[in-house]
Amino acid sequence: MSKQLQFKLVLLGESAVGKSSLVLRFVKDQFDDYRESTIGAAFLTQTVSLEDGTSVKFEIWDTAGQERYKSLAPMYYRSAACAICVYDITQSASLEKAKSWIRELQRQADPSIVIALCGNKADLAARRQVSQEEAQKFAEEEGLMWCETSAKTGEGVNDIFDRIAHKLPQVAPPQAQRGAAAAKGPGGAGKSVDLNKQGGAGATGPEGCNC
Amino acid sequence: MDEEYDAIVLGTGLTECILSGLLSVDGKKVLHIDRNDYYGGESASLNLTQLYRKFRPDATPPTDLGRDRDYALDQIPKFIFASGGMTDLLVHTDVTRYLEFKQISGSYVYREGRVNKVPSTEMEALRSPLMGLFEKRRARNFFVYVQNWKEEDPATHQGLDLTKVPMRDVYTKFGLEAGTQDFIGHAMALYLHDEYKTKPAKETIQRIVQYSQSMARYGKSPYIYPMYGLGELPQAFSRLSAVYGGTYMLDKHVDEVLTDPETGKFIGVRSGEETVKAKLVIGDPSYFGAGEMQEGQKMRVIEEGKVVRAICILKHPIPGTEDVDSLQIIIPQNQVNRQNDIYIALLSHAQGVSANGVYIAIVSTVVETSVPERELLPGLNLLGPILDKFVSVSPLYTPTTTGVEDNIYITRSYDATSHLETVVADVRDVWKRVTGEELKLTKKEVEVQE
Ligand SMILES: Cc1cc2nc3c(=O)[nH]c(=O)nc-3n(C[C@H](O)[C@H](O)[C@H](O)COP(=O)(O)OP(=O)(O)OC[C@H]3O[C@@H](n4cnc5c(N)ncnc54)[C@H](O)[C@@H]3O)c2cc1C
Ligand SMILES: Nc1nc2c(ncn2[C@@H]2O[C@H](COP(=O)(O)OP(=O)(O)OP(=O)(O)O)[C@@H](O)[C@H]2O)c(=O)[nH]1
Ligand SMILES: [Mg+2]
Repeated sequence: MSKQLQFKLVLLGESAVGKSSLVLRFVKDQFDDYRESTIGAAFLTQTVSLEDGTSVKFEIWDTAGQERYKSLAPMYYRSAACAICVYDITQSASLEKAKSWIRELQRQADPSIVIALCGNKADLAARRQVSQEEAQKFAEEEGLMWCETSAKTGEGVNDIFDRIAHKLPQVAPPQAQRGAAAAKGPGGAGKSVDLNKQGGAGATGPEGCNC
Repeated sequence: MDEEYDAIVLGTGLTECILSGLLSVDGKKVLHIDRNDYYGGESASLNLTQLYRKFRPDATPPTDLGRDRDYALDQIPKFIFASGGMTDLLVHTDVTRYLEFKQISGSYVYREGRVNKVPSTEMEALRSPLMGLFEKRRARNFFVYVQNWKEEDPATHQGLDLTKVPMRDVYTKFGLEAGTQDFIGHAMALYLHDEYKTKPAKETIQRIVQYSQSMARYGKSPYIYPMYGLGELPQAFSRLSAVYGGTYMLDKHVDEVLTDPETGKFIGVRSGEETVKAKLVIGDPSYFGAGEMQEGQKMRVIEEGKVVRAICILKHPIPGTEDVDSLQIIIPQNQVNRQNDIYIALLSHAQGVSANGVYIAIVSTVVETSVPERELLPGLNLLGPILDKFVSVSPLYTPTTTGVEDNIYITRSYDATSHLETVVADVRDVWKRVTGEELKLTKKEVEVQE
């Protein structure tokens, strides 16, 4: 049987840089010109198949707007295998914000996390404030992947997820790989329990007593 | 901040985050504020730097304890019943998808100077030194009675109306010894003191059933625990709230809770120059004058007692416990001449709360004397050599009114119990005060796409 890997991927970046739009393009190949700030989209998944038959399933977390007032919970990126830090090429301040997320990840996340710096809205090159050279140089210095994308035209979107999918199986430690039976905890000590099994909690009647 | 909200929630402790999440899911427009720049308030789990900042601001953490970010130390030690109100909330709101749970590996009870495992199977009960042979027979009769008891079926009552008869009389009927009573009332029904014996037996019986069901769920103990500390719980519920449109502002000081001078009803909150309005406010006691009443301010919360807690750092498991990576030990009050039980909660690297080889024991009890730390000694003495110890005494606050009159709804402090069921009870209570209805948990589908 071919290998199946699952990874948690988080998106970070200033509000309105196009995080949700990138996910929408990648998962559904759609774009929405008047997209509202993210509400309700908690969790999306998408699978990338590699040439060797391995399939890489992304469990994609969007910020749900919690970053707006510097209020993103650390839980959000704690066990992430990869992060895409997004900036808007027409807003130089958004690159500074992306850089500050990268520093936060370097401090708090697992050292093996794969980080991609992503300049979105490449279709608006006429209004460009962030040069390719500047962003690329920063990415190289910090050892990050880098790309420019347009969620609107689709340019570069599949490409960056593809590059991450190829890199992850080589670098992610076993516990970051949420494969079918992989234990996620440090060193995998002790099995995790699944609360959703057995038809939900409290389903056991009094006859469940085995004292 | 000039919009108007349905509800403002103050403080991101677990109770507040659950309520915020439930309100947002219910379609309410929620603004959630915390004065700290981190989630969780009292329910936050601390890394070493944060622990030192809180307890010893002038010292730096030792370097031989491993990496800072390996630590997630709870300030309030509690576990989750594998089958109880908290698991219901987690499952029905679907926040389980943000969390990972581990089983707590053992449940122990202190008896006559020794630590004994609470039997989890009939085989263990059979071998347990907790009871003699005849007492086991009597206990068995009692447990069979408990298991079969159904409120609506008088045939199972054996002539006892448990809604009226005190628990003491039920023990007498089954002829159970004092030690067995201690065990049942404190290690299974998890009462902190003996008052329950004078109260109608029904609640005790229900608690025993809950304990047994939780025990039956995964086997080793009735408890589960979230990886990386209890502080993950408020964060997970805050995400639920945000996903349903809740707005979050951390690091935001609340200077004033504004009320209408005529009616006394809630208007909004002021932070510096900004004012934000809402129909109602929900918050933890610290936002309503707990500990630092200002002159002329309405008294909204009162102190009900104090809990003393000691976070102890060990480099070994607790002696006499089969070296398990996590456990609870209950020291029933009678065993050590107290009015309230002493609890020990042990966690370690397996739950992602400490570096490899480091164990964290939290000893706690309700304060009865003027030297609280000394009251913990029977617990501290069971731990073996203690590398370091951080002691705190926390007042327990409770609101003076229901909040229905002024739309100011205040939650309770986190109590001395060893589990989160009282938090769930508080959530249900506040929900009912706010909405006028019982909390109904209906599973909502969050957008999931393959
Ligand atoms: C901490 C603790 C928790 C307990 N929780 C529960 C509980 O939740 N539910 C519960 O039912 N009991 C419970 N018990 C009682 C426990 O099941 C009995 O102590 C156990 O069955 C051992 O009984 P015994 O053989 O020592 O007793 P005895 O009373 O000496 O046994 C009497 C006779 O009954 C037979 N017998 C014993 N158990 C059974 C059985 N299950 N089925 C058929 N025959 C049997 C024995 O072989 C023997 O012939 C608990 C006991 C303890 C100490
Ligand atoms: N021209 C252009 N517009 C884009 C692109 N990507 C996103 N947008 C637009 O930018 C706006 C914000 O996009 P979102 O995807 O909602 O941004 P976000 O980062 O998820 O924002 P928050 O959810 O508020 O954090 C929307 O109006 C999008 O239509 C792009 O590549 N090109
Ligand atoms: Mg978005």
